[in-house]
Amino acid sequence: MAHPILAARGVAKLYGANAARFVRDGRFSGTSEELAQAGVTAAVRDVDITIERGETFVIMGLSGSGKSTLVRCLAALTPPSAGEILFEDKDLNRMAEGDLIQIRRHQMGMVFQHFALLPHLTVLGNVAFPLDVQGMKKPEREAKALEMIKLVGLSGRESRFPRELSGGQQQRVGIARSLAVGPDLWFLDEPFSALDPLIRREMQDEVLRLQDMLKKTIVFITHDFDEAVRIADRIAIMKDGRIEQIGSAEELVLRPATDYVRAFTRDAPRAKILTARSIMSPPDPAADYAGVVGASARIAAFARKIEEAEKPFAVVDEGEVVGKVDRRAVIDVLIGRESADQAA
Amino acid sequence: MSLAEARPASPAVFSRIAPGRLMWIAVLIATIVLVMLPANALPAWAWKYPLAWQVPFGSWISAFMKWLMESASFGFFTVHDFTRAIAWTLDLPLQFAKSVFATGFIQGQGSDAVVILPAIPWFAMIVLSVAAGYAVGGLALGLQMGFGLAYLAVFGQWDSAMVTLASVLVASLFGAAGGLLVGLACVRWRWLERIVSPLLDVAQTMPVFAYLLPMLILFGFGPVSAMVATVIYALPPMVRVTIVAIRAVPEEIRSLGLMTGCTRRQITWKMLVPSALPALMVGVNQVIMLSLNVVIIASMIGAGGLGWDVLTALRSLNIGKGLEAGLAITVLAVLLDRFAQALAVRSGAAVQGQSTGRRNILIGGLGLGLALWAAAAISQPLAVYPEAWKLSTGAFFSDIVSWINVNFFSTLEAIRTGVLLNVLIPVKRFMLALPWPWVVAVIALAGYRLGGWRLALTVGLMALFPVVVGLWPTTMITVYLTVVSVVLSALIGIPIGIASAQRPKLWRVVEAVVDTLQTLPSFVYLIPIVMLFRVGDFTALIAIVLYAVAPAIRYTAHGVARVSPHLVEAGAMNGCTRGQILKRIRLPLALPEILLGVNQTIMLALSMLVITALVGTRDLGQETYSALAKADVGRGLVAGLCVAFIGMVADRLISAAAGRMRARMGVEA
Repeated sequence: MAHPILAARGVAKLYGANAARFVRDGRFSGTSEELAQAGVTAAVRDVDITIERGETFVIMGLSGSGKSTLVRCLAALTPPSAGEILFEDKDLNRMAEGDLIQIRRHQMGMVFQHFALLPHLTVLGNVAFPLDVQGMKKPEREAKALEMIKLVGLSGRESRFPRELSGGQQQRVGIARSLAVGPDLWFLDEPFSALDPLIRREMQDEVLRLQDMLKKTIVFITHDFDEAVRIADRIAIMKDGRIEQIGSAEELVLRPATDYVRAFTRDAPRAKILTARSIMSPPDPAADYAGVVGASARIAAFARKIEEAEKPFAVVDEGEVVGKVDRRAVIDVLIGRESADQAA
Repeated sequence: MSLAEARPASPAVFSRIAPGRLMWIAVLIATIVLVMLPANALPAWAWKYPLAWQVPFGSWISAFMKWLMESASFGFFTVHDFTRAIAWTLDLPLQFAKSVFATGFIQGQGSDAVVILPAIPWFAMIVLSVAAGYAVGGLALGLQMGFGLAYLAVFGQWDSAMVTLASVLVASLFGAAGGLLVGLACVRWRWLERIVSPLLDVAQTMPVFAYLLPMLILFGFGPVSAMVATVIYALPPMVRVTIVAIRAVPEEIRSLGLMTGCTRRQITWKMLVPSALPALMVGVNQVIMLSLNVVIIASMIGAGGLGWDVLTALRSLNIGKGLEAGLAITVLAVLLDRFAQALAVRSGAAVQGQSTGRRNILIGGLGLGLALWAAAAISQPLAVYPEAWKLSTGAFFSDIVSWINVNFFSTLEAIRTGVLLNVLIPVKRFMLALPWPWVVAVIALAGYRLGGWRLALTVGLMALFPVVVGLWPTTMITVYLTVVSVVLSALIGIPIGIASAQRPKLWRVVEAVVDTLQTLPSFVYLIPIVMLFRVGDFTALIAIVLYAVAPAIRYTAHGVARVSPHLVEAGAMNGCTRGQILKRIRLPLALPEILLGVNQTIMLALSMLVITALVGTRDLGQETYSALAKADVGRGLVAGLCVAFIGMVADRLISAAAGRMRARMGVEA
């Protein structure tokens, strides 16, 4: 396997006067009781993550779960109390400040929850800001910035100031700015939490569109499971500073590792998460099929087809029939009934 | 009271209000008894602190300064050389500004002097200012600038006003830049803030006279010393504003800086400072106004300018001339204030579209101004405002004042003696009759009740300081004048504040008046009052009240007006009359804010009190002023510290009380 772009190894972030007591040789050790006794809070603990190049990795948790602290650690905005953050196998917290600055100038971008637009600069100035910081000449950086502004659909508003834009438009500026340097690793820290639900959806589509085009590695933070499901290749669910489970949306729904994850995924839109493979029954050689569906197709995509047909459909993976799906299996999913197979 | 409230099981209703209130009643009674006691009832040291116990801080400081200037050395050069080098460096921009605005660039000395380039001629200056005013604040400001400067030229105040302006501009530049840097350093290193913060308190509450003297010794007699003193006085608000403004920049902006790979310097200068600019400009405005205030005072010790004109006029009882110069100060103050405020507003809301047009006007004005300047350089007589065009209202004002004095002398005199005999003198006697150990103990007790041991120790030690240095009676005279004028200011200011809080139309009028009152340099207030009431405590009282009443009005109005409308509605639904809503809801909730207003009033009263030394009060202000005249550094600084400590004791106690009230009501500051 290729080297991961970003990895966290045994990362912990402790707050409190006696925090140092629980870290030995850069490793964290201690139980919750010991921590409570010493008056130390562990915002993040025992986190191991490996993020592969090109994937969209979502960190999901409710407020206070430690997800914001974790992303600050991953971006080296806060040094972890224990453990290491490896960017392309280099420990971000051990490198010289100058090297870190170079990495951030060319390889990382970040979108912030409250946009973090500079009030004294225009849209153009804001998008060009990271390039300005690198010392790029004015015509060059403005050309690049205009390109980015066009990419997020804000052409014609270059000379507006941030406060003259709506929330959604402001975050588009934030996105354009974070992409201006052409980063490999793109952090989005609850980018749409401050937006209205309708705008939020639109912006999620925007991220999907951009990702389809640009193929970045994305680390996306959210407290919204639906958002995570729409965007993620893999999701890490956090609770009380720990990662409860990492997996695709489908894995989380089908095989929740803990009760917390089960509770979380119970009301998830299963039809949009589960694939044909997960609900199929063994193929019947003698069966008469009404048609075929791909093994990795989402149920929502083919539910209508199956509903209208009398006969079951064959599930095909690489040209081979691997199972069948019938009307009942689909209805089970849609109404949330545990099917006979899954119950077993 | 908090102890009693924490124990609801106290036996009787009586004891629930008791501890706090009963104690203060007892303290009050004891105080009165102590004052009424015959002279020999207490040991003599309780009233008159023995000379033998005094700590000669004053002589120590003087000796130290002497050593510093005469013997201290860094090895290669002496401290004296060092400070003179600084003075020389600081003098450059000051001389430059004065050359530009007032004197012109001159080569040679005495009768050989040749003017190379004259100062900006008055008409060029007016063109420049109108253009700048228009560019920053629109047509209205442009016109104001034009008329204001024209007034200065027409009434013959031009030269002095330009000297003052040059000093103010240079001092403000240093003050704003220095304050910004110190503030940024405080944000970066918290320990520095802990050191700087008390120093700022002292610098703000200490009378200017007190540190003018050490400056004179360090930097030599001349305008540079005055400028350094001015900068020190004007710096603290800028530092505080910077700290608050930079801290208020959202954390995300800082993170953004890190994530885009900014160096520390880039984060500070490309992100934090520009983001905080609107707030910072408010600080700059304060720096400019404080600089003007001090420049006027400092010019009395020989820096020239409008302050000097006023002082000479007052000394020679040339009433008309004094009033004219006073009005010129007022005009200058208003113009500077308007301009700085417009700058602050503009930096908050950068205007597009219009801005290019305005920039063109600014550039055009600049070009025209420079062209006119060049023209004046070629034909120098043009640059001088013609004598024949000058007007003077001096005689007119003199006539008015003498008319008032002739016709109303007995009335004015009756008011003056009435207040003196019935209020001022009894309060003064009472204050002077208080034994010092009792006063210190009561202050420490108040500190303990309001803020625990630490506060008790701080305020107790501060109160003890005047005793130990042997300035107790002088300090009590200062306290007496402060108390009377603060009470009077509160009696006038709080009702006005309450009245205008609920009447927007009235508030607009009151606000305009209060704004103007706060804009004027403190010295201006003395001029008309001295003319009507001659010198003395009564004159000082009126001047102090006029100067210090503004915050009492403003804070009260603000506090009463911002009481949550829900609570007012709840009161109305419970059937409160308007009076009840005011008394039971608005006032109690506004009380912490009103207290802070009173606190500000005390600070302003103290700063004005020191100025009134010029009209012959006999308090600590006089002490610092005469120390200045006698070049006695130690004495001046010690007296100055006494004033500073009075202010700081009041500030600590009142802030603690307001904080406690807010905490109890669960209201955020």
